[in-house]
Amino acid sequence: MTQALPSEAEQDQVMEISMGPQHPSTHGVFRMDIRLDGERVLRLKPVIGYLHRNHEKIAEAASYLAAIPYTDRLDYLCSMTNNWGYALAVEKLAGLTVPERAEYIRVIVSELTRLQNHASVVGFLLQDMGASGTPLMYAFREREKVMDLFESLSGARMMCNYMRFGGVRVDCSAEWLSQAAKVVAGFNGFLDEFERLLTGNEILMARTQGVGVLPRELAINAGVTGPGLRASGVNYDLRKVDSYGVYGRFEFRVPLGEHGDVYDRYMMRVLEMRESLRILEQALRDIPSGPFMDPKARLRGLRPKVGEAYARIESPKGELGFYLISDGSPNPYRYRVRPPSLINLTVLEDMCLGQSIADVVVILGSIDIVLGEVDR
Amino acid sequence: MTLEEIRSRLEAFVPGCHAEIVVNGSPSAQNSLLIDRQHGLQAAMYLRDHPELQLDFCSNVTAVDWPDREKAEKIKTKRIVDGVEKEVEETKKTTIPGYLEVVYHLFSIAKKEGPVVLRMHTANRTDEVTLQSLTPVWRSAEFQEREAFDLFGIVFEGHPDLRRILMWEGFTDHPMRKDYVPPPDDDLEILAVSEPGA
Amino acid sequence: MLGEGIVKGLAETARNFLGSFIEKDRLVTVQYPEERLPVVEAARMFPFLIYDGVDQEEGLRCVACQICEKECPPQCIHIEKSKDKKPDFIGKQQFYPAVFDIDVSVCMSCQICVEVCPFDAIRMDNEFELSTDDRFAGLLWPKEKLAMPNEHYLAIHPTEATEVEARRAEEKAQAEAKKASQPAAVAK
Repeated sequence: MTQALPSEAEQDQVMEISMGPQHPSTHGVFRMDIRLDGERVLRLKPVIGYLHRNHEKIAEAASYLAAIPYTDRLDYLCSMTNNWGYALAVEKLAGLTVPERAEYIRVIVSELTRLQNHASVVGFLLQDMGASGTPLMYAFREREKVMDLFESLSGARMMCNYMRFGGVRVDCSAEWLSQAAKVVAGFNGFLDEFERLLTGNEILMARTQGVGVLPRELAINAGVTGPGLRASGVNYDLRKVDSYGVYGRFEFRVPLGEHGDVYDRYMMRVLEMRESLRILEQALRDIPSGPFMDPKARLRGLRPKVGEAYARIESPKGELGFYLISDGSPNPYRYRVRPPSLINLTVLEDMCLGQSIADVVVILGSIDIVLGEVDR
Repeated sequence: MTLEEIRSRLEAFVPGCHAEIVVNGSPSAQNSLLIDRQHGLQAAMYLRDHPELQLDFCSNVTAVDWPDREKAEKIKTKRIVDGVEKEVEETKKTTIPGYLEVVYHLFSIAKKEGPVVLRMHTANRTDEVTLQSLTPVWRSAEFQEREAFDLFGIVFEGHPDLRRILMWEGFTDHPMRKDYVPPPDDDLEILAVSEPGA
Repeated sequence: MLGEGIVKGLAETARNFLGSFIEKDRLVTVQYPEERLPVVEAARMFPFLIYDGVDQEEGLRCVACQICEKECPPQCIHIEKSKDKKPDFIGKQQFYPAVFDIDVSVCMSCQICVEVCPFDAIRMDNEFELSTDDRFAGLLWPKEKLAMPNEHYLAIHPTEATEVEARRAEEKAQAEAKKASQPAAVAK
């Protein structure tokens, strides 16, 4: 790496440190090359690639079907939404339709994913801030209930591998739906408890308000998506904009922030969980009976026509896109994941400049990255 | 605005710009615009700042490798054989030179529209792999162009910080190219240990 | 008032702490391995091969079609087809796997082999306590280790297995009816 060396006077005070890759606050193997003046950040360069396994190359060598379990491992907290993003892209590419019931099941499992992702990210954020354990363990207690639902539906807690092109792998039983309804009903109580525990907390406010401010224009230009973008006051939620699946049928609001600081990003997640609960209540009430797979869809030997498709969904972390090019063979010619975690990291330096090193940890926590997706 | 309108406007308002519509045969029907490599940056500026388009959000940047391919064509030619004119079929093999392609998926947050798909081609796959960077227009391209540089070997002119991003410094190849041959496992370990910054 | 939020938060933790003495569902920790949660029916770990009857070799349903080997995303299945054939459950002569290995250190429990298998021969086991001190041979499971009786399948995935049983019984009945009608046709 070539950098301009600091002047001699500067060298007395300026220190270069390498934070990570084994730092507990980096949520995996992520490194930041930081130049510090005392505690103040002068420069920050993220260094990634420690978890790189060339997911895209693997998927280009595998059949369309065989790539689904690999998408589970991108953002390993949200395998259901990853599955959906990929399935949506293949459905666009091959022109498959999805039956009503499967669309509803997809909405239900995706919103449950959003709940557990947001609950754990808020827990981790507080953990990074020094609230060791308590909020995270409360969040994990709730997350466990969602995981149990996923396990009884798909067979695995985290690597669900649940969606298929043209539907979902197995139907959900009436019993499962009533269990899900019970979890959803209990979640509101947890959110109340969580907010009593945290939202008014003076330490939390002092650590987060006015920290890591992301201006609106920069957020748009740098391609920040998800709660981070909406915390800066940009009304852009793909569930509303694209209304993919059956999202157009549900009544829900898109929470927006004002200041774009860490506190707003924290509040976005809490408020989004409340909206997710509303969607879930409607979806669980309205789910129709019927088939859960497109009868035309074949499991094996999918050979889409020559062409390409880009599909994107609102994953809990932001806009998750899949870009596929087919050359008519059973495996994709080009398979590309647009990882929200990676692109949201673009503005990390801008948010951290001039802040203290302790705030870097909090700002990074508020972006919500998962290294499985950043490095792919 | 339809893609055809965007194309004609680009050609009219960006001097010298040549744009071409690439038709997508799949049911997704997402057609794209192929811009010549000299005017990528100007075209991007125009698309972002045009009040009716306002493509302020560059979502996805990626590259595609198209290696050299051979095309066999059957051509019927008339030839005089033994004094009689006959139609003879001949197979003519032509090599279509390969190139690297970058693809930008643009959306408008202000208008809630999109996608407009931009493509650019490099001259070849070996020595002329330079394209204009669109990072000055959309910051979101910064890491993604670095990734395309790292994995495909496309050099982006005007990129503020063009370094490898996923592979380590000192790695010389471009793994996402179709003709990439991975080194044997034990070599990879030695490489990773001996390279600084690995 | 400054500190109000903190006091509220502490009241919440106190409520949780004291509540755990009264309410059972606040105590969510399960003291594994002394206590165990029931394994759900859909749970999946690593694949196993089903055989009918008592003899592992004779009853193995797998016909070595190698579809799972091709479809397996991490390519952890290795099959070698037999030279000779043996009769399957409806009496049709079929190949069988001379070698069937699964490298469970590579397997990612995705269940795709199960989905693509047209012969109901491979299913997912729910056994998860599989640690071994031999990380090479101990994690490459041969056919002998993978083979499990059909009763095991019926025990761990009862709903699904009963359906499969019914379908196979029907197929067998059809095949027998066909066989019964064939000699008659010859006699004519």
